[in-house]
Amino acid sequence: MLHLEAASTSPGNPWLNIGIFGAFVAITLVIVFRASRNNKTAADYYAAGRSFTGGQNGSAIAGDYLSAASFLGIVGAIATTGYDGFLYSIGFLVAWLVALLLVAELLRNTGKFTMGDVLSFRLKQRPVRIAAAITTLAVSFFYLLAQMAGAGGLVSLLLGIGDGVGQAVVITVVGGLMILYVLVGGMKGTTWVQIIKAVMLIVGAGVMTVWVLALNGFDFSALLDRAVEVAGNPAILDPGLKYGVSDLAKVDFLSLGLALVLGTAALPHVLMRFYTVPTAKEARKSVVWAIWLIGIFYVFTLVLGYGAAALVGPEVIAAAPGGPNSAAPLLAFALGGPLLLGIISAVAFATILAVVAGLTITAAASFAHDIYASVVKKGKPEPGAEVKVARRTVVIIGIVAIIGGIGANGQNIAFLVALAFAVAASANLPTIVYSLFWKRFTTRGALWSMYGGLISAIVLIAFSPVVSGSATSMLKTEGINFAWFPLSNPGIVSIPLAFLLGWIVSVIDNRREDPAKQSEMEVRSLTGIGAEKATHH
Amino acid sequence: MGNDALSAEVDLSHVDYHAVQQSPEFQKLRKTHRSFVFPVLAACLVWYFAYVLLAVYAVEFMSTRVFGSINIAMLLGLAQVVTTFAVTMWYVRWADTHFDPKAEQIRDEIETGVFFDKADEGVAR
Repeated sequence: MLHLEAASTSPGNPWLNIGIFGAFVAITLVIVFRASRNNKTAADYYAAGRSFTGGQNGSAIAGDYLSAASFLGIVGAIATTGYDGFLYSIGFLVAWLVALLLVAELLRNTGKFTMGDVLSFRLKQRPVRIAAAITTLAVSFFYLLAQMAGAGGLVSLLLGIGDGVGQAVVITVVGGLMILYVLVGGMKGTTWVQIIKAVMLIVGAGVMTVWVLALNGFDFSALLDRAVEVAGNPAILDPGLKYGVSDLAKVDFLSLGLALVLGTAALPHVLMRFYTVPTAKEARKSVVWAIWLIGIFYVFTLVLGYGAAALVGPEVIAAAPGGPNSAAPLLAFALGGPLLLGIISAVAFATILAVVAGLTITAAASFAHDIYASVVKKGKPEPGAEVKVARRTVVIIGIVAIIGGIGANGQNIAFLVALAFAVAASANLPTIVYSLFWKRFTTRGALWSMYGGLISAIVLIAFSPVVSGSATSMLKTEGINFAWFPLSNPGIVSIPLAFLLGWIVSVIDNRREDPAKQSEMEVRSLTGIGAEKATHH
Repeated sequence: MGNDALSAEVDLSHVDYHAVQQSPEFQKLRKTHRSFVFPVLAACLVWYFAYVLLAVYAVEFMSTRVFGSINIAMLLGLAQVVTTFAVTMWYVRWADTHFDPKAEQIRDEIETGVFFDKADEGVAR
């Protein structure tokens, strides 16, 4: 079936992989250049002139959301730890109901470009915008690290580049390409890259799913039997292989589940996508599209994960360069040889590139719009200056991402993304929900909730077993141990804490916010009156 | 929406949002919205956490084989996907039939000024 000569060399043909990836880059660059012709105003650069349809934006959301963690991470987790990997898929999907029911349309109706627009709508502009920009940058940074780390791991497998320097070069190339896309294309270019990538990813995963099922006579049960046989462990079909080992692991999983389901609606790069459509109704349509695409994709991950266990084997996967993250590419090789491996690898690279571009433009927009234009220039920047600042920020974030990515190389992707979800759910979600639905919410409440959520989440991560205390931690040694917080995901503590802080501080706060602004926000959020319109060229 | 071109021209700087907010029409819209999204979302989250808790604390039950090697855990996982799709479609239907027409009517009335004319004619204002 599969013949891996030596675990350190790449299966397939590195030049074929580079060729297919190069073709993807060339095609998308042409599209990005064409799309960028109309990038004149801030609305063009950040929100693509609000000109995308619900279907297009829904595909782009899927392209933005189905990151390396979803494709490489979940398939690898199912292949090696069985059913527990699938729990990620369910959490990532159900989370969209929070975004659909509570956030998407109301946010589109009240904001302009960034999350900070909505959060500062009826509170004090300066402090809330600064806080929103800081949490946006923090969440985007964690998410970026995960993607860049994924790029490094993937490269070692695909191109047969095992040494650190070679991988660093590739991470730099990925970072450089991303900077180019975002600088030239703005939101419009980024969106097209995400749409193309979403189609490639879902079609690629779909073809592999049908192929795996066909090899087993379209009998999913037979596939499971084969996976059990190859793995030599019937427990891979049942929950608990990874998270059922101890009482602490069980609580850890609940914490993860909470962060996953509440994080999505608070991810700044997802929220920003709602501004690229002309109306709240299109925002709703785009979430519906996204839920269908993402849901179907996650069903594929179940087949692909067990397919990789059956056709490649958990031991081969664990021993391969890139570890569990290499399960999906190795499955592609087992099915369709070097050509399918090359295509799936290009899809995986495209995945990383598109997500990284989306994160970068979000972080840059937040800095330029919330900090530079609104706080430094008090809402009156010179014409064109804001976009100029945004472009410069893109370059800086790109460089930070490259350096961070080289540093985080080798870390577990799905874990890093779960941290970004936990930070987002703690720092952003309470303030988003309170400012949309709770009249009494105050600026102080927002600041305590946002900073309290952000700081508690990050501090708990720093003192968790993920950072120190074991050979598998970030510090990679048992010698240094300051892990006094026992869980690897902080969500179960930091998310309720942030909700509580926002509530208590608002209740005891004797300063009242402007009631006229609250009225305006509520009327606008529900009726859509005064919402930002599409720009016409 | 048919009146995009029109609404782009409307000056909204003098709209009394507080009056709109206090009007019975808007209060009804707000109630319609909240009495759908809050309970539905709460039910979905309860259903999701029930699944997570079962996966963590009821492993034996979840491992029960149903069809061949397909167990309850997999069926419940797929059921989560199905309910997510179902709730999505249900919400869209609800929004199209129960929410959007009311929201659009209030928006149109504010933009054309009818809303406040109506309010002025009303008693005890």
